Amino acid sequence: MSVEVRIPTILRTFTSGAKAVHGNGATLQQVLDDIEARNPGLKDRIVESEALRRFVNVYVNDEDVRFSGGLNAPTADGDVVVVLPAVAGG
Amino acid sequence: MRTFGYQMTTRNSKSRRWSEICDDRWMPKIERSTTDERGLTVRMRGLAAVIAPSLTAVLKIAREHVEAMIAHAREDHPDEACGVLVGPEGSDVPTRLVRMINADRSPTFFRFDPQEQFALYKAMGAAGEEIVVVYHSHTSTEAYPSRTDIALASEPQAHYVLVSTAGSGTSDGPVSVRSYRIVDGAVSEEEIDVTE
Repeated sequence: MSVEVRIPTILRTFTSGAKAVHGNGATLQQVLDDIEARNPGLKDRIVESEALRRFVNVYVNDEDVRFSGGLNAPTADGDVVVVLPAVAGG
Repeated sequence: MRTFGYQMTTRNSKSRRWSEICDDRWMPKIERSTTDERGLTVRMRGLAAVIAPSLTAVLKIAREHVEAMIAHAREDHPDEACGVLVGPEGSDVPTRLVRMINADRSPTFFRFDPQEQFALYKAMGAAGEEIVVVYHSHTSTEAYPSRTDIALASEPQAHYVLVSTAGSGTSDGPVSVRSYRIVDGAVSEEEIDVTE
């Protein structure tokens, strides 16, 4: 068991096209660090200066992590993390 | 024959955010071109060629959907309206229009509400759909992607439709509707083929 991280289309070039990758960790930060080891460059598109990028939404089991600890949001085996770039513009 | 080219862009300070990922260091060196039934050719390099090989240089869209986007833009004027048309994954055919809340409620900016965007993501996943069109309005400028639009564009498979209500506001009158591809920070306008 591990945490499944769903990757948006625009970031699949970091995962060889995979729609989802798996990682281990007790927090979102640890999971991202774990998957970064096998998908170099991915974390930098999600995290900036030790915080989530402003225009990237991350959900753990349907909950927006901005309301559950950000990168410190707890994760457990079987959890699903969804990364969705914000649809935004001017 | 008309040719629409997608050019690689280099880093620059004005369109950093997502265009950074077109950095040559990891960009696949792939080129692909497709020609549709009308003889329009799209040449793609790198990211576009990998993830959107079926791009054609035209948005085919039902008249009712065009009219629904215009109606939404007029209702929300002077704030920007935004939404999507979704369709079966890989089809490039928009079948369903979904109005989205502009969480910023701003005349100069839009952002999908994160909870509503997640609900859309789940609904599309369950139905085997994806975003075919991302639309939003400009309420005081022309229907051309702003620097912010280009920098934040993160749906490379989508057509980006701009509706400008600058000329008529909330009333009947001239509106401009134009469609673009925005991939790797490069914008290319495409034709809109309105179907009855």
